[in-house]
Amino acid sequence: MAYAGAQGILHLLQSVRMTTFLHIAVVLSPFLALPLTGWLASRGAASARLLALIPAALTAYFGYAYLMLLSAGPFTVTSTWARELNLSLSFYFDGLSTLFALLIAGIGTLIVLYAARYLDKGRGKFFVALFAFMGSMLGLVLSDNVIGLFVFWELTGFTSFLLIGFDHERPAARAAAIQALIVTGGGGLALLAAAVLLTQATGTASLALMVQGGSLAGDPRYVGIVLLLLLAAFTKSAQFPFHFWLPNAMEAPTPVSAYLHSATMVKAGVYLIARMTPIAGGSTMWTGTILVFAALTMVIGAVRAVTETDLKRVLAYSTIGALGILVLLFGIGTTQAAAAGLVYLIAHACYKGSLFLVAGSLEHETGTRDVASLGGLRRAMPITTVAAVLAAASMAGIPLFFGFIAKESFYETVSAVNTAGGLLMTLAVIASVCLGTAGFVAGIAPFHGEPNPTRGAHETSPAMWIGPLLLACAGVVLGIVPMLAAGPVSLATGAVTGAASAVTLELWHGFTPTLLLSVVTLAGSLLLFVQRGRLWRLRWPAALHSERLYSGTLSGIDGIGRRIAPALQSASLRSYVLTVLVTALTLAAIALVANGVLPTPRRWTPIVFHEAMLVLIVVAAAIAAALAQSNMAAVLSLGTVGYGVAVLYALLGAPDLAMTQFAVETLTVVIFVLVFYRLRGFADLSSRMVKLRDAAVALCAGALVTTLVLFVGASGTTSRLAEYFAEAAPRLAHGLNVVNVILVDFRGFDTLGEATVLVTVAVGVRALLLIGRERRP
Amino acid sequence: MTSTILRTAARVLMPLLLLFAFFLLLRGHNQPGGGFVGGLVVAASFVLYSIAYGVDAARRALLVDPSTLLGAGLLTALASGVPGVLAGGPFMTAVWIQPGAASRSILVGTPLVFDIGVFLAVIGVVLTIVFTLADVSLSED
Repeated sequence: MAYAGAQGILHLLQSVRMTTFLHIAVVLSPFLALPLTGWLASRGAASARLLALIPAALTAYFGYAYLMLLSAGPFTVTSTWARELNLSLSFYFDGLSTLFALLIAGIGTLIVLYAARYLDKGRGKFFVALFAFMGSMLGLVLSDNVIGLFVFWELTGFTSFLLIGFDHERPAARAAAIQALIVTGGGGLALLAAAVLLTQATGTASLALMVQGGSLAGDPRYVGIVLLLLLAAFTKSAQFPFHFWLPNAMEAPTPVSAYLHSATMVKAGVYLIARMTPIAGGSTMWTGTILVFAALTMVIGAVRAVTETDLKRVLAYSTIGALGILVLLFGIGTTQAAAAGLVYLIAHACYKGSLFLVAGSLEHETGTRDVASLGGLRRAMPITTVAAVLAAASMAGIPLFFGFIAKESFYETVSAVNTAGGLLMTLAVIASVCLGTAGFVAGIAPFHGEPNPTRGAHETSPAMWIGPLLLACAGVVLGIVPMLAAGPVSLATGAVTGAASAVTLELWHGFTPTLLLSVVTLAGSLLLFVQRGRLWRLRWPAALHSERLYSGTLSGIDGIGRRIAPALQSASLRSYVLTVLVTALTLAAIALVANGVLPTPRRWTPIVFHEAMLVLIVVAAAIAAALAQSNMAAVLSLGTVGYGVAVLYALLGAPDLAMTQFAVETLTVVIFVLVFYRLRGFADLSSRMVKLRDAAVALCAGALVTTLVLFVGASGTTSRLAEYFAEAAPRLAHGLNVVNVILVDFRGFDTLGEATVLVTVAVGVRALLLIGRERRP
Repeated sequence: MTSTILRTAARVLMPLLLLFAFFLLLRGHNQPGGGFVGGLVVAASFVLYSIAYGVDAARRALLVDPSTLLGAGLLTALASGVPGVLAGGPFMTAVWIQPGAASRSILVGTPLVFDIGVFLAVIGVVLTIVFTLADVSLSED
């Protein structure tokens, strides 16, 4: 009986392109799992912890993708959407994107475990936003289509907004969330513009094909592309002078700071620069701009980090410093620099993620993040202490830790840069010294010395120490056996530079000038750490707060708005209608005059009596509405106009339109009546002159529409749309009602947009009406 | 408003209007009708009910909050685009299946699901606006 139905479903399943579809579904699985996420997370900490299985499975999947990559080279999975618009959902797996995806999924697993325990309330909301972020971030690094890249880029900004403002009842959290959204969202728009220019310049929207096409340095659009790309990267990766949003984003719950604002999202700008190196890199403009801003960023971030005492701010400024170093390395863009950048990136993700989570644990146990009032916690929290010390050692670049290798590679790259090498080297050492000190402040100071009286601090639960400990241990393992990282780093370096390269990572480089610099750096870090009390007394000069740039811009826009708005926004519906009508009339008049004589009207049909009567009724009702002396009379007259027009539709062969018009008119009258409860009584608000003006405009508008209707179809263009749809509707869409087939099938996407608009309007109306009122129970 | 005539009429008209609305929704693909006008008719029937029996009674009769219908409608319309993607076409490509015997020539496709989504969204939009307006207007008099 249901045989044909089953056959239909079978046919559907067979036509599914399973492999491509599966790959895309896996990459988007954090999004697909959102309902499950919300449900499980709101059931308590134990259920929320189960969610870590999703990023864990993703980590395994990207490991598998990495193996495929090793054996078969980079590959793309594509689901085309609109080829004509260059729109497709496509993911490109190469050394760089897969390395980022592995970091995102791997660290994400630990963050989910940690956050399940760390949060006390609102887990459902939190995990939905966190998983949406994870999906966006994976989409960002894997996207092959530049428009897709932009969409995911903006999605990371949006989910970051939700997560920073998670504690939305605090004004500071809301302000920080909005600030991050505006700064990174502005950069996102620059990325969209860059994507459009790139597509125009290369003729493809695929990043993989763009990279194959090589450098665009000769293209006239090159300057624009570089500036827009760098604006996007600098805002996202908190480069000077846009770095101010990152410390403020520390309003987010600490797992978010560790994940988004240290390990993943802020690296999106770094990723963009690395990805674009073969296309836009290599020129003096590209490298020079990056060198200047990145060098400033690394020094400002690192120096400011040692003057802060709030643990999360210390870490945030040191992250800015590290981002400066990363952007610098990828901006130089040579094989050596790219390899150094990737090593630094992995090392930083490990130690900074760990230290952030430690800071969260400290706050969770002691109720404070002020490092000046923390001390001697090593006995109360031994495992956290081990994690913190190991991470701090890696951050300070002590030999046998991966951070050491990262810093050595960094120094070697900088010493190889000829231009301004001496100055850059000095800045690099200053930044590294301060970053090392910041590591000691965050990872050693709270545990060192005499115990400060803190209320019952004790070791956190395993879910909260496993993350920091594993990340810190990864720094040790990679430090002792750096060969483990050599394979992925080589592969990713090849993806950045566009040429296959074999990178070797070694524990011991011999007695080189770089080693001497490392020793000097370490000694400097220790010295500053001992003197940290003095550094904390320093105040950052107010003149250097680039946040004033942000607040100044915003208040400037506000000022312009305050001047322009009263002229444009008179809050009077009548003046809006007047503006629209006069504009339309003027433009139409210009067009008619410019085109010369009007075409001859279409043939006249004989006037039928009942149609003429209907028209008379409509006209009379319209005049009555204009002259009405009470609200109710006006509404009823308008209703008569509407019904009259509906009957005309029905007579002239548009039953769909007629039915809809009847229903709409009925509901409109009801809504008007309800609105009148709120309005004061009928009033004559216009002077005689104003009424005459309005009448003239209304008559002109009516005359224009009449003219257009009379002459439409006589202008020489014959449309075959009607024939086409009448023929195609039954054949292609199995429907005889052409109007409805167009609405739900041929132009279904338009209808979806219109339905969205309607729903938005309903939500807006409800919100406006309920402002200042208690919500109904 | 307590008019016996209106209340009696509403009680009789309500099921007829609802039935008519479903009729419009289902036949819309081949004859005049469709989800939009069907949704308007449903909304109108509940507006009639709210005039006869009050907004609270109409809310209870609707069983779900109108704002739930907003989301449900949009999601249904959105979901109707997914089978097309699964079948390898672009988003919102229509997919048709033939339930029952081939001789009965009944086709059911994703455009119907889409129309149901529009239907629900339209009900939600009108009733959200009307009920909220009625609450606000009638509460402070």
